[in-house]
Amino acid sequence: MAQFPILTILTFLPLVGAVFILIIFGDEDVVKRNARYVALWTSLANFALSLFVWFHFDTTTADFQFVHTLTWMPDFNIGYKMGIDGISMLFVMLTTLLTPICILASWENIDDRVKEYMISFLVLETFMIGMFCALDLVVFYIFFEAVLIPMFLIIGIWGGPRRVYASFKFFLYTLAGSVLMLLAIMAMYFDAGTTDIQGLMVHRFPAELQTWLWLAFFASFAVKIPMWPVHTWLPDAHVEAPTAGSVILAAVLLKFGGYGLLRFSLPMFPEASVMFTPLIYTLSIIAVIYTSLVALAQEDMKKLIAYSSVAHMGFVTIGAFTLTVQGIEGAIFVMLAHGVISAALFLIVGVVYDRIHSREIAAYGGLVHRMPGYSLIFMIFMLGSVGLPGTAGFVGEFLVLVGAFKANTWVAALAATGLILGAAYMLYLYRRVIFGSLTKDSLAAIKDMSLREVAIFAPLIVLVILMGVYPAPFLDIMHVSVANMITNIESALNASAAISVAGN
Amino acid sequence: MELFAVFLPLFGAFCAGLLVFVRSSKTSTPNRIDTAAQWVTSGAMILAAVAAGVVFWDVVLGNNPRTVELFTWIDSGAMEVSWAIKLDTLSSVMLFMVTTVAAVIHVYSIGYMHHDHSVPRFMSYLSLFTFFMLMLVSADNLVQLFFGWEGVGLCSYLLIGFWYDRPAANAAAIKAFVVNRVGDFGFALGIFTIFVLFQSVNYDTIFAAVPGKADATMVVFGTEFHAITICAVLLFIGAMGKSAQLGLHTWLPDAMEGPTPVSALIHAATMVTAGVFMVVRMSPLFEYSDTALTLVTVVGASTAIFAATVACVQNDIKRVIAYSTCSQLGYMFFAAGVSAYSAGIFHLVGHAFFKALLFLGAGSVIHAMSDEQDMRKMGGLWKLIPVTYALMLIGSLALAGIWPFAGYYSKDVILEAAFAANTLAGGYAFWLGIAAAFLTAFYSWRLLIMTFHGTSRADSSVLSQVHESPKVMILPLFVLATGAMYMGYLGFESFVGHDAEHFWGQAILVLPSHPALEAAHHVPLWVKYLPLAVGGAGIALAYVLYMGMPSLPGVIAGRVQGLYQFLLNKWYFDELYDLIFVRPAFMLGRGFWKGGDGALIDGVGPDGISAAVKYLAKRAGAIQSGYLYHYALAMLTGLVVLVTWYLFGHGG
Repeated sequence: MAQFPILTILTFLPLVGAVFILIIFGDEDVVKRNARYVALWTSLANFALSLFVWFHFDTTTADFQFVHTLTWMPDFNIGYKMGIDGISMLFVMLTTLLTPICILASWENIDDRVKEYMISFLVLETFMIGMFCALDLVVFYIFFEAVLIPMFLIIGIWGGPRRVYASFKFFLYTLAGSVLMLLAIMAMYFDAGTTDIQGLMVHRFPAELQTWLWLAFFASFAVKIPMWPVHTWLPDAHVEAPTAGSVILAAVLLKFGGYGLLRFSLPMFPEASVMFTPLIYTLSIIAVIYTSLVALAQEDMKKLIAYSSVAHMGFVTIGAFTLTVQGIEGAIFVMLAHGVISAALFLIVGVVYDRIHSREIAAYGGLVHRMPGYSLIFMIFMLGSVGLPGTAGFVGEFLVLVGAFKANTWVAALAATGLILGAAYMLYLYRRVIFGSLTKDSLAAIKDMSLREVAIFAPLIVLVILMGVYPAPFLDIMHVSVANMITNIESALNASAAISVAGN
Repeated sequence: MELFAVFLPLFGAFCAGLLVFVRSSKTSTPNRIDTAAQWVTSGAMILAAVAAGVVFWDVVLGNNPRTVELFTWIDSGAMEVSWAIKLDTLSSVMLFMVTTVAAVIHVYSIGYMHHDHSVPRFMSYLSLFTFFMLMLVSADNLVQLFFGWEGVGLCSYLLIGFWYDRPAANAAAIKAFVVNRVGDFGFALGIFTIFVLFQSVNYDTIFAAVPGKADATMVVFGTEFHAITICAVLLFIGAMGKSAQLGLHTWLPDAMEGPTPVSALIHAATMVTAGVFMVVRMSPLFEYSDTALTLVTVVGASTAIFAATVACVQNDIKRVIAYSTCSQLGYMFFAAGVSAYSAGIFHLVGHAFFKALLFLGAGSVIHAMSDEQDMRKMGGLWKLIPVTYALMLIGSLALAGIWPFAGYYSKDVILEAAFAANTLAGGYAFWLGIAAAFLTAFYSWRLLIMTFHGTSRADSSVLSQVHESPKVMILPLFVLATGAMYMGYLGFESFVGHDAEHFWGQAILVLPSHPALEAAHHVPLWVKYLPLAVGGAGIALAYVLYMGMPSLPGVIAGRVQGLYQFLLNKWYFDELYDLIFVRPAFMLGRGFWKGGDGALIDGVGPDGISAAVKYLAKRAGAIQSGYLYHYALAMLTGLVVLVTWYLFGHGG
C-alpha cells in the first residue's frame, strides 16, 4: 500500500481527462457537451479518489503518508517525491471538492471555447494538487509556478472587459515574488545539498542565511496570500475573472501562501520566523482593519468579497505566527472555512450576474421578493463570513484569536475589531442586495435558483454548518502534525538559544 | 426531558422554515400553510414549556442538578469545548421562564401576525430564537454561551428587519447586530483572558480554580492588571451590549421597528436579560473582584436613571416601553453589582412577565388603532378596549412597583440590598434607583393616561375601526398577567427570602464579605417604604399633569426647551456615534480605497512601474531612428570606449 502511487494518480488524473478532452473532435455542440461531461466526471472521480485517501489517512502520526518517490535527477539529489501530512491532506480535499463545483458552475455561462476552458480547469487541478502533495522543493516550485499559467488564461480569455490588465497584473505580481523564491531555493540546495522537503525540515540553516531565505520566500507567499500592501492584484483579478475562476482563486490559490508559510517558512527558518513575527503581526492587522474598511466602501460585489478575503487571510498569518496550537490550527481552519465560504460567496454573485450581467451593488435591491431560496443561501454564507458561532467561519477565527491572545494581547484585540467591521460590511452588502422593495425593472422577472444551482451549493452548505457544529473530524486530522511542527520549531529555537548562550 | 425542552423549538423552526418554501411555489393554499406553521411552532413551544416545567420540578424541587454532555465541539490543544446542557437552579429557572413566555408569545403571534404575508418565516425565526436562547442559558461553558449569545443576536437581527421593505427596519437591524458585536468584542476578549488564566472555558473548572487565582495578576495590553478583574470587566462589556446598558444601548429603542411580539419576547423578556444572566452565572468570578462589581453597580444605576429620564418624554408607545426595559435592566445589573444576584434574577423573571404583558398590550392597542404607535394620536381608548386596558394597568402596576404586584417585591429587595451594601456605589445605586422608581411610575401613568384616558385625538376613521383583539391574543395575556400579579408574592421566599439558600443550591456564589442581600432584610423602615412612596408620587404627578391640566406638560416643555430636546433626542447618543464612528469608518474606507490602494500602492507599484517601463521603452525606441549614420556613430563610439578600456585596463 505504501508504494501504491495514489497521490501521483490523484495529481495526474485530471491531466488524463484533459487529454481526453483535447482529442474530442466533431460537431461544435457535441464537443461542448462532451468536454463538459468529461471534465465533470474526471473531477468527480478524482474527488472520490481523494475521499478514499481521506478515509485511509492515519490521524495518529505526524509522518508523511502515501509517500511515492521516483528517481529523477539522482546526480543532483533531486527527486520526484509526493506525500501528505495532516496539513496538506485537508487542502487536497478542498481542491478536489471545489473543482467539480467550479465545472458545474461554468456549465451554462461558459459557452465560448468550452473545450479549452475545461482543459484549463483540469490542468489547474493537477497543478494545485501537485503543489500540496509535493515533497521535493523543485517539484513544489514547478507546480507552484505552473498554476499561474492556466489561471492567467482563465482570467485573460474568459474574463470581463478589463481582463487583460487584470491578468497581467496578477501574473507580474505573483511572478515577481516567485523569482526571489527561486533564488532562495538554489541557496537552500547549495547549503543543504538536497531539495527533499523532509530533509530540509531537519536541516539547520545558519541564522544569517535564514533571514534572507525567509525574506525571499515571504516575498512570494505574501503576494499569494495576499498580504497588505501587495494585495491590489486580487480585487482586479476577481472582478475580471469568470465566476468559477474567482471561486478557485479565492478558495484554493489564496491558500498557497498560507500553506507555504506553514510548510517552509515556519519549520525551516524558525529563528527568522520569530524575528519577523512583529512584521507579520503589523501587516496582518493593517490588512484586517484597512481592507475591512475598504470593503465597507465598495460598490462592486466581487470587489467587496475580494477585500474581505484579504481581511480573512490576515487572520491566517496572525494565527500561523503565534506558534501556539490554537493559533496554527485556527489558521488552517480559517483557510478551509474561507475556502468554502468565499467560494460560495463568489458563486452567489455569479448566480445573479448570470441573470442581470452586473456586479454593481446598486443594480440590485429587494431580491428577496423574487428569490427567497437565493436569499436564504446568501444569508447562510454571509453569516459564515461574519463568523457566527455554529458556522465554519467561527471556529477558525476563534482559535486564531485565542492563540493570538496568548502570544500578544494587543494583536488579538486589534484583530478582533475585524469581527465588528466584518459584520458591518457583510450585513450592509446583504441589505443593499437582498432587502428593500423591489423597484428596478430589470429585476422584475428575475428567477430564483434552478435545481442545478441549488445542487452546486448543497455540499457547501452542509460543509459550512458541519464544520461549525462538529469540526472535530477536521481538527483531528491536523492535531498531530501541528503538534509535531510546534515541537520541532521549539526544539530548534531552544537549540539555537543554547548555542548563543554557549557562545557568550 | 431537557433535550425536548431545548431542541423542540429548533424542530419547530426547521419545519416552519421548510413551509416558507412550500409557500413560495404554490400560492393557492397560503392560509393552510400559515396555519400549519403556526400549529407546529406553537405546539412545539408548548411541549417544550411543559418539558421545561418537568425539568424545573426535577432539578430544583427534586434537588437533582446535573450536566448532560452531548458531543465534542471544539478541541484544540487545551481548548476543549463540548455541547452540553447544564441544569441547575439558575438554568432551570431561565429554561422555564423562557419557554413559558415564548409559548405565550407564539400563541399571541397567531393573532397578531394574522394578516402578514410571511407567517411561516416569522414563526420559524421566533422558534429559532428560542432555541438559541435555551442554548445560551443551558451552556456549561463560555463558548456555548457565546454560541447562544450570537445566535439570539442573529435572530434579533432577522426579526427587527422582518419587514424588510422598510428602510428604517433594515437600518435598525444592522445597528442592533453591529452594536452587539461591539459588546461581543469585549466578551470574546473576556473568554480569551479566562482561557489564558484558567486553561479552560468550562464553568466548573473555572469556578473551582477562581479562589486559587484570587490574587493573580496578568499583563494585558502592556499593563499589569488584577487578573480576575480584567476577566470580569471584559465579560461585562459583552453584557452591556446585549442588555443595552448605557453606551451600548442605542440599538434597543430602534429595535422597536420589529413586530411587537418580537419586542415582547426578545427585547423585553429574554434576550436583553442575557447579560444579567451571564453576570449571575459568572458570580463565582465576579465575587472575587470588587472593582468589577463596582463597575457593574455604577453602570446599572446610571442606565436605570438615564433610560427613565428619556422614557418620560417619548411619544411612541413602544419606545416608552423600550426605554423602560433599558432602565429595568439597569436595576438588575446593580442588584448583581451589590452581590444580590438572586434579587437580580427575581426581578428578571418578574420583569419578563410584566414587560412582555405591557408590550403585548401595546401590541393590542396598535392592532386596534390600525398600526398607529404615536400616543399623541390616541386617548380615551379604555371604553373601547377595556380588557386590554385592564391588562395594561396590571402590567403598569407591576412595573411601578405597587403592592402586591411582582415589581413591588423584586424592586424593593434590590433597592434595599443596594442600601444595605453600605458602599459608595451602593449608595449611588440606591438614590438613583429611587429617583428612577419615581420616574418609572410617572412615565407608566403618562403612557396609560395618554393612551386610554382623556379625549380621543385619533381620526374618526381610525376610531371607528377600534376593536378588542381576538381571543387568541387576549388569552395569552392572561397567562402573563397572572405572572405579573402573583410571581412576586409566590417567588419571594424562594428567590430572596428564607428558602433562598436551599433553592439556589450551588448555582450562585456570594462571598461572606458581600452580605448585602442578607442585610437587606434589616434595613430601616423608611428604606422599605420609600420605593412605594415615590411610586405613588410618580403616579400622582402623572395624574396632575396629564389628567388635571393636560396643557401643562407642553408649557413645561416650552420653558425648559433645552432639557426637553436633550431628553427627546435621547441625550444625543445616536448623533454622537454617527459623528465619531459611522461616518469616519466610511470616509476611511473610501480614503484607503481610492488613496491607499489606488493612488499609492497601485500608483507607485504596478501601474507606476509599467508607466515607467513604457516611458523608458519609448525613449529607447527613439534611439532606433533608422538612419545609418546614427548607427555608425554609435558603433564608432562603442569601439573607441572598448579600445580605450582595453588599453588602459591592461596597461594599468
